[in-house]
Amino acid sequence: MANKLNLEVVTPRKLVVSDEVDLCTVPGTEGVFGVMANHAPILSTLNIGQMHFNKDGEIVKLAISGGFVEVSNNKMTVLAEAAEVSEEIDVERALRAKERAEKRLQQAQAGREDIDMARAMAAFARATARLKVAGKMS
Amino acid sequence: MASLKDIQIKITGIKKTEQITKAMNMVAAAKLRGAQARMEEFRPYADKFATVMGELSGTADPNVFPLMEERDVKKVMLLVLTSDRGLCGSFNANIINASEKFLAAKQEEGKEVVVGCIGKKGASYFSRSKFDIPFNMTDCMADIQMQDARKAGMELSKLFLDGAVDEVDFVYGRFVNVAVQTPTIKKLLPISATGLEEAEKAEEEGPKAAYIYEPEPEEILNKLMPMYVNVQILAAMLETGASEQAARMTAMDNAARACKDMIESLTLAYNKARQAAITTELMDIVGGAEALKG
Repeated sequence: MANKLNLEVVTPRKLVVSDEVDLCTVPGTEGVFGVMANHAPILSTLNIGQMHFNKDGEIVKLAISGGFVEVSNNKMTVLAEAAEVSEEIDVERALRAKERAEKRLQQAQAGREDIDMARAMAAFARATARLKVAGKMS
Repeated sequence: MASLKDIQIKITGIKKTEQITKAMNMVAAAKLRGAQARMEEFRPYADKFATVMGELSGTADPNVFPLMEERDVKKVMLLVLTSDRGLCGSFNANIINASEKFLAAKQEEGKEVVVGCIGKKGASYFSRSKFDIPFNMTDCMADIQMQDARKAGMELSKLFLDGAVDEVDFVYGRFVNVAVQTPTIKKLLPISATGLEEAEKAEEEGPKAAYIYEPEPEEILNKLMPMYVNVQILAAMLETGASEQAARMTAMDNAARACKDMIESLTLAYNKARQAAITTELMDIVGGAEALKG
């Protein structure tokens, strides 16, 4: 099918998605962008966040963190350190992670110097992305 | 000659050992399947990563990246990946031997060497040696996780970037097949451009179009390089993990077989001793009867 895009989402653990899709939207470092069939070759790093793809009118959301995307020859490859579809997300764990990250961020702002701000921010972003994809946060 | 009772006790003991080694063999076989599957699952990720890195390194100037900086090598670090647990034949000993050889060679070149360890066996060996161990991570080989590899990658990169070491190599148990695992040494840091280009050549397919880079290639590379280090460490950890199980399987199989042989020869000795005892007894009885007839 010429008007479909071949999408693969790969993590170190497994091949999460391998499918023909109509549209795929990913959180690029320079901004969110969508890719449809016959897109020009692009290579972009990704932020922690949510990506989604449309297939026959259905939308599938994934929470992803740390990775990049490559599009060439009508094939889109997303490489991420973690990628989870909404059913796979452990909401309890994400909520706990979010609370922990929030606390650490507050402590860091209060002047604690032993806390790595960047790491806490990343943890917060990961937890938020998971919760959003799971539909527990808007 | 050992008494009947002694032999009996020995046989029971060896039978128990045989049971244990048989069970360990089966456990290792099951774990090997899992470890191999994880290795296979990781391969597409690692391959893709290497391809993209190769593509990028062609477009960018390697000298601007701190992780690629080739310095005058004064201090070398060898990261030794071993298993956390023993009872896997000469698997860990082989890796340690290979590391010792490598370290000796580097010392001969007049370089200072330090050791980093992933896995308990290597750590306990090198903690008794004269080498410094600035990096040590244990209890991570049973369930190999990306976050462990990431942690290792971060710490090693930091040592390299701070100038504490000028080169990092790693030795791991390469999984050739179930019967063969070879200790293999590879370079981790600085990331070499030639290695990346080779990776790219290996997967030349389809027309190469000019990519839109977002952000600039240099920036992408800067972000991906630390991840590439992690990917390499994780790949090595997964291979070592699979090799460990394969080695354990073979070792336990050998042990179980040795037990069987021993039981066989002991049973033979037992039967012979029993026969001898019966014969002596009979001779006594017959002798006694003859005497009575007298």
